[in-house]
Amino acid sequence: MAEDRITDIGPPHYEQFLPPVIKANYGKWKYHEIPRPGVLKHVSESGDELYTVRCGAGRLLTTDYVREVCDIADKFCDGHVRWTSRNNIEFLTPKKENVEPLIAAIKAQGWPVGGTGHAVTSIVHTQGWIHCHTPAIDASGIVKSVMDDLFEYFGEHRLPAQVRISLACCLNMCGAVHCSDIAILGIHRTPPKIFHDKLRHVCEIPTTIAACPTGAIRPHPDKSIKSVVVNEERCMYCGNCYTMCPAMPLFDPDKGGVALLIGGKVSNAKHPPMFSRLGVPYLPNNPPRWPEVCQAIRKILLAYVNGANKWERLGEWITRIGWSRFFEICDIPFTFQHIDDYKWAYDTYNTSMHFKF
Amino acid sequence: MSDTPLLDQLETGPWPSFVADLKRMAAKKPQIKDLLGQLERSYEEKITHWKHGGIVGVLGYGSGIIGRYSDLPDDFPGLEHFHTMRINQPSGWFYTTAALRMLCDIWDQYGSGVMNMHGSTGDIIFLGTTTDNLEPCFQALARNGFDIGGSGSAMRSPSCCCGLSRCEWSCYDTMEACYDITQEFQFELHRPGFPYKFKFKFSGCPNDCVAAVARADCSVIGVWKDDIRIDQAAVKAYAGGELKPKGGGAHVDKLDIQKDVVDLCPTQCMSWDGSTLKINNRECNHCMHCINLMPQALRPGTDKGATILLGSHAPILEGAQMSWVIVPFMRMEKPFDELKELGANIMEWWTENGKNRERVGELILRLGMREFCLAVGLDPVPQSIKTPRCNPFFFWHPEDFEAEAEGKTYIKL
Repeated sequence: MAEDRITDIGPPHYEQFLPPVIKANYGKWKYHEIPRPGVLKHVSESGDELYTVRCGAGRLLTTDYVREVCDIADKFCDGHVRWTSRNNIEFLTPKKENVEPLIAAIKAQGWPVGGTGHAVTSIVHTQGWIHCHTPAIDASGIVKSVMDDLFEYFGEHRLPAQVRISLACCLNMCGAVHCSDIAILGIHRTPPKIFHDKLRHVCEIPTTIAACPTGAIRPHPDKSIKSVVVNEERCMYCGNCYTMCPAMPLFDPDKGGVALLIGGKVSNAKHPPMFSRLGVPYLPNNPPRWPEVCQAIRKILLAYVNGANKWERLGEWITRIGWSRFFEICDIPFTFQHIDDYKWAYDTYNTSMHFKF
Repeated sequence: MSDTPLLDQLETGPWPSFVADLKRMAAKKPQIKDLLGQLERSYEEKITHWKHGGIVGVLGYGSGIIGRYSDLPDDFPGLEHFHTMRINQPSGWFYTTAALRMLCDIWDQYGSGVMNMHGSTGDIIFLGTTTDNLEPCFQALARNGFDIGGSGSAMRSPSCCCGLSRCEWSCYDTMEACYDITQEFQFELHRPGFPYKFKFKFSGCPNDCVAAVARADCSVIGVWKDDIRIDQAAVKAYAGGELKPKGGGAHVDKLDIQKDVVDLCPTQCMSWDGSTLKINNRECNHCMHCINLMPQALRPGTDKGATILLGSHAPILEGAQMSWVIVPFMRMEKPFDELKELGANIMEWWTENGKNRERVGELILRLGMREFCLAVGLDPVPQSIKTPRCNPFFFWHPEDFEAEAEGKTYIKL
């Protein structure tokens, strides 16, 4: 039996999944248009055309949902479909006459078409309470709530530039949201609680100590207590100790919540890639609809729409007007949390007279 | 009375509802009823109910399966074991419906039917199965051409933009590079032997649609060295409003070539006299702004390859880093030998020198770029820095004095 096992084959080669029009025009695309929000038209050197209809989705799906995607792709796209790097579903067809019925079929399914150009596209996100052991917040529920709230911006090109929103449900950021126009970040705000009686039985002390990235955990000074203590001043609430040792939960239902980091991007257009910076240090963790998070994002987005020049990304707008003006416009009180005091803090201090009153 | 009054409130609104989707599955699979029940409990209590832990996996691999257990197994027995499987995605996330239906059939048979399309790193994620099902699920996938992805201190599943398959801007074949590099490093992907994770991401142009610069230890971003190709008639059509900016993807219908394009060029290397657009290509820093605005008039040049950047990671531990340039230009043609050799050298140096949970970008900051470059065989290049140092603490090595003895000078006079 064991010798029949298949291993180390790697992923299947992509070529077997490509639509014929893509195989025929691979590397030969000449230009593209966006004839309407959610629709891309790519034109090849050969004159061939490819139409893409982009459909918004969360990343959490069931096999039922994927089969519905397949039904639509079978009917209109000869069985070809892809996903984007931001969880959008893209239906691909060389037939222009299929575009309208394809859009109608997607909408009949209750799915949105959009996410192209100067839109808010689907939020990339992490697992949250559906499957992760260290989240401060849920992921899919906040994404659903924010996209419901910003829905008008998904299906139209209304913004000064594209706006990329991302969510990570704790500061480990498995979603690497740190270069997003708006990053929704789950934050714990209290150190782990240690259950010494339990720790003795379920945790290995050396691996628990080694798990701490800041070296804040050490053996309990009382050698008769087989446990650890945490230097709370060094703890930054990452939860890595809890991963190793379930007797050290750091969840506080009342104090945990959401921070918004603002103004990042990855593209090189005009300005180089930028990190997202702390905008709103704390918003309450308020399921099932997180109204404060939705309202804060909408407020920042509208301030950007009103203030930005054409083509300016959110971070480029803030860079131009200055962070102090941004905080003023968005009614965000400035706090000690906004002032960096971690490793490269000095790089963020203003050493010039270039500021505004 | 519903069992999930809080989650029910996420069934309304225009965005697709994951709650409605999960409820359909709950009618068929009892563990999904438990999943919704536990999630409702999290919504009530505002804490997670998952535990990490337990080494689970498939025979011979140390990677790709994440053990997951409920901390409320008595209340939700279907979640007592609810492990994650990462399935390495095909390059560019292209599928046929036949392949997708096959994946769904396998996951319905061996797991919960709940998945992510896709996880943050790019894998197809299967959420929720028992230890007993891991091996048969893996072998069913393998018989159909799919393999498990990376996790832990291993190579993670590389990912890429759609590249040449559907983009006129891609400067190399991202999908083939991603596939080839993934195959080259299968051992490192399935058998964790690194200080921490290592990610490759492949973007075809400086727009960087897979965010390689932010979230790949090794970011491979396409670039051209020669002149931007210009169709002057199309430029005039943009100026006249016959062609729409960004192919119609913007909030305005007509470009002002001077204000929107020329004045916003970060290197001021363009000019427009009302009929001809000129670009001093030697000064262009290939930011893509002008090309993004006028996709029918401007295209990247034809002398193409990629820039190799190294070191990005999310904030743990030293704070977030973006990758920085280590090789300004590399030809990217199959079989990508130069990249494979450089990648292997980087991994070897990092594995030898890195502390537990130290990403390669952090190791370079700890030991210095000189030590890194010498170890992997790279010369110092000015494209790798924003500015030179402003401090006087630069050090000299015996090799420097030897080079001077052989005639090396630091400015040609």
